[in-house]
Amino acid sequence: MTAPPLLTVRNLRVTYPAAQGDIHAVRNVSFTLARERLGIVGESGSGKSTLGRAIMGLVPRPGRVAADELRLGAIDLRNLGESGFRRLRGRRIAMVLQDPKFALNPVMSVGHQIAETHRAHVRGSARAARRAALEMLHAVRIRDPERVFGLYPHQVSGGMGQRVMIAMMLIADPEVLIADEPTSALDATVQTQVLAILDELVRGRGMGLILISHNLPLVASFCDRVLVMYSGRVVETCGAGALRQARHPYTRGLLASLPELDHRRDVLPQLQRDPAWAEGA
Amino acid sequence: MSAVRRVLRTLFSVVLTFLGLTMVTFFIGRVIPIDPVLAIVGPKASVETYARVRAEIGLDLPLPVQYWRYLTRVLHGDFGTSVITSQPVLQDMLNVFPATLELALLALFIGVALGVPLGVVSATQRGRWPDHLIRLVSLFGYSMPVFWLGLVGLLLFYAKLGWVAGPGRIDVGYEDLVPTVTGLLTVDALLDGNRDVFINAVQHLVLPASILGYLSLAYIARMTRSFMLGQLRQEYILAALAKGLRPARVVWVHALGNAWVQLITVIALTFGSLLEGAVLTETVFSWPGLGLYMKNSLFNADLNAVLGGTMLVGFVYILLNLVSDLLYPLVDPRARSRA
Amino acid sequence: MSGAGLRAWLLDPVPASRRQARIGRWYRAALAFGGNGLAMAGLLIVLALVLIAIAAPLIADPQAATLQSLTDRLQPASWAHPFGTDELGRDIFARTVFGARITLTIVALVGLIVVPVGLGIGLPAGYFGGAVDAVLMRLTDIFLAFPRLVLALAFAAALGPGIVNAVVAIALTTWPPYARLARAETMTRRDAEFVQAAVLQGASRASILFRQILPLCLPSVVIRLTLDMAGIIITAAGLGFLGLGAQPPAPEWGAMVASGRQVLLDQWWVATIPGIAIFITSVGFNLFGDGLRDVADARGA
Repeated sequence: MTAPPLLTVRNLRVTYPAAQGDIHAVRNVSFTLARERLGIVGESGSGKSTLGRAIMGLVPRPGRVAADELRLGAIDLRNLGESGFRRLRGRRIAMVLQDPKFALNPVMSVGHQIAETHRAHVRGSARAARRAALEMLHAVRIRDPERVFGLYPHQVSGGMGQRVMIAMMLIADPEVLIADEPTSALDATVQTQVLAILDELVRGRGMGLILISHNLPLVASFCDRVLVMYSGRVVETCGAGALRQARHPYTRGLLASLPELDHRRDVLPQLQRDPAWAEGA
Repeated sequence: MSAVRRVLRTLFSVVLTFLGLTMVTFFIGRVIPIDPVLAIVGPKASVETYARVRAEIGLDLPLPVQYWRYLTRVLHGDFGTSVITSQPVLQDMLNVFPATLELALLALFIGVALGVPLGVVSATQRGRWPDHLIRLVSLFGYSMPVFWLGLVGLLLFYAKLGWVAGPGRIDVGYEDLVPTVTGLLTVDALLDGNRDVFINAVQHLVLPASILGYLSLAYIARMTRSFMLGQLRQEYILAALAKGLRPARVVWVHALGNAWVQLITVIALTFGSLLEGAVLTETVFSWPGLGLYMKNSLFNADLNAVLGGTMLVGFVYILLNLVSDLLYPLVDPRARSRA
Repeated sequence: MSGAGLRAWLLDPVPASRRQARIGRWYRAALAFGGNGLAMAGLLIVLALVLIAIAAPLIADPQAATLQSLTDRLQPASWAHPFGTDELGRDIFARTVFGARITLTIVALVGLIVVPVGLGIGLPAGYFGGAVDAVLMRLTDIFLAFPRLVLALAFAAALGPGIVNAVVAIALTTWPPYARLARAETMTRRDAEFVQAAVLQGASRASILFRQILPLCLPSVVIRLTLDMAGIIITAAGLGFLGLGAQPPAPEWGAMVASGRQVLLDQWWVATIPGIAIFITSVGFNLFGDGLRDVADARGA
């Protein structure tokens, strides 16, 4: 690949001050993202969500973000400031959250929420924003956009809610999408549907996708490359197809604890953890 | 829950609360007083007169029968006759209530128009100096006895600075110049186009309304702050920020839009407590409303009038609960589709 | 035991005994409370008020509080009368100091009525549920819907003015939230494992209610009471201002404000000083209550 990466991250650190000393939620994480699908896996608390938020500039006070390099295309994100970030969010980089039940504003119609993103970034009339929102609803394969436009979040199912969420985040054409556990709150049957829509849009628009998940098989089958995080640190980076050959004991442990169809196991292996991994050993 | 069941439930609770209210006023009026017959016939009456009067006002009947009679009378708008004015209590109350309403409405307006924004700012600036300042202002507000604040206000703004007019609703020279339409003097003056009366009425209204308004501001700001802190923690706020919305829009449209759902009850409660606070404020400002009427009745042992006033305020309370129930669907689509 | 050793014992994350665990928990709560400046200020105000009430005769001359001296009417502040004198020549300083006793008595009496009544209605409602719950909670809702000051006014009007009647009137309109709180607390604990364990051991319902559930409800009830104190003081002062509380010549703060009303424009201190006393007291209780609630919330979270 010769094209410059969409996103460059070098030695990203996120720290929260605490009475007992600083808590390092993300420690020296480095990676680049091209027009590809990058998976980030790890257990809860491994820092994967915080990593996504740090890239969006959405780490809440009093958390601190530092990096040797943090660029979106050519833009340096490190000293961007709130208003600089605001112009990028939604327009160049967006984020899909886990559960549409909580991530959509309950007192605003879903169509309005989608159009709102459009209005925040594109000059134009309310009618143009509405038209764009209807097209976007169509793009996430909602059959009756006119009707769904006026519905409120509590009136749509989880799968439809997540499609609304995707529409809301992609309507202003960002080039990078961070999807933070986009299907974990959904029924298994709906999961594949939503992933298929996500995949189609990301490919069709030539975007870079970061898929954050605790679900190793899902990430392995959906993504091109996988980062494995443990305790705020990336412990393994490999091609999704090469995951079976992973060398790090943590990744091997994760793989070993997956249930398998072809043979029964009487004892579930226990995941071994070593504090030294967090220190980068 | 189906719409019918919801309405039935609300009605049931309204009726029950109303019955409870009448039972309490009945109890206060008929059971507690030392001897209502004696109060009518006087201590020198003969035994026969006493018994006759006792039977006349139905005190020889069993309590449930007495209550039933009382309830029927109340439902027909008959609260008895006032000893002081010799008029039906209902008539008296209808005459004085608009003055209280005018005061309470303006105070509520001040409380909401200032209290909600202050609460929002306090929540978004949590832990910084604007938050501390607003919390202090609001702490003082709900720690302040209203009658005392009224007196200090009169001393300062009327006696020392002369910015506002003194006690009363209007100066003597301006009385009865405009025809009563709504009973709200400022509105009537506007309707009549009488500028002088309007200005004079406003000069009288502004201090008591500001003082009551400050107290409701304090409570509303405190509750708004706590509701907003709850909303700002929600995921949809993160999503709104990730869309690239301006923080101001996220706070004032998204978070506050949800906080309104909770604020409606608070505002209804505040309005109720304003009607109550009127008893003290009206005493301080000699404001000829329901509160002053009740207070004067109290000191002339006019129990009918006191209980009538209690019933009226209680009834307004019940209505407020009902109204806030009905308003929910306006701000909360979830309540809309349930209804 | 050295100071550091005691501290370590108190903060031990793995306490060796129930006693140590309990004392340690209180210590941590006290530490959190002590770190909150405003809450400590509130506590100091409340403590000062209690001290003033107890030591009133040592601080001011008991006779001066009610002694009328028409030659000394409406004097401004001086060495003899630090807060001046009122329209009957009584020393306002002494009256304000002794007024603390009346205020604290009212608050304490209201608390003594409201807590048992609230628990008495809320505990059974939460524990037994069903019809008991429905009846008791309907009753509570009815009282909750009442205008507080106005109802207190009607009661005071029917019962006649006086401090006891004022207490009864305030208590009558204060208990409903306590019943609701006790009910909610009971419902969350009704099916807890330690309750089931007690049932298996053959404990009676009464014993479960009083020995298992009641002690756990008390903290939140007490915090609620502290938060309500300021409101009770202000309502009581309002009744006093209307002439429905403690009767003259008792030095009740609200009544003192009322008596100063006639001379407000020329002798402002007569009405202002007792008002400041009410204000400071209620600020103190509000800060103290807020601090307690914050500590409790942090512990619950």
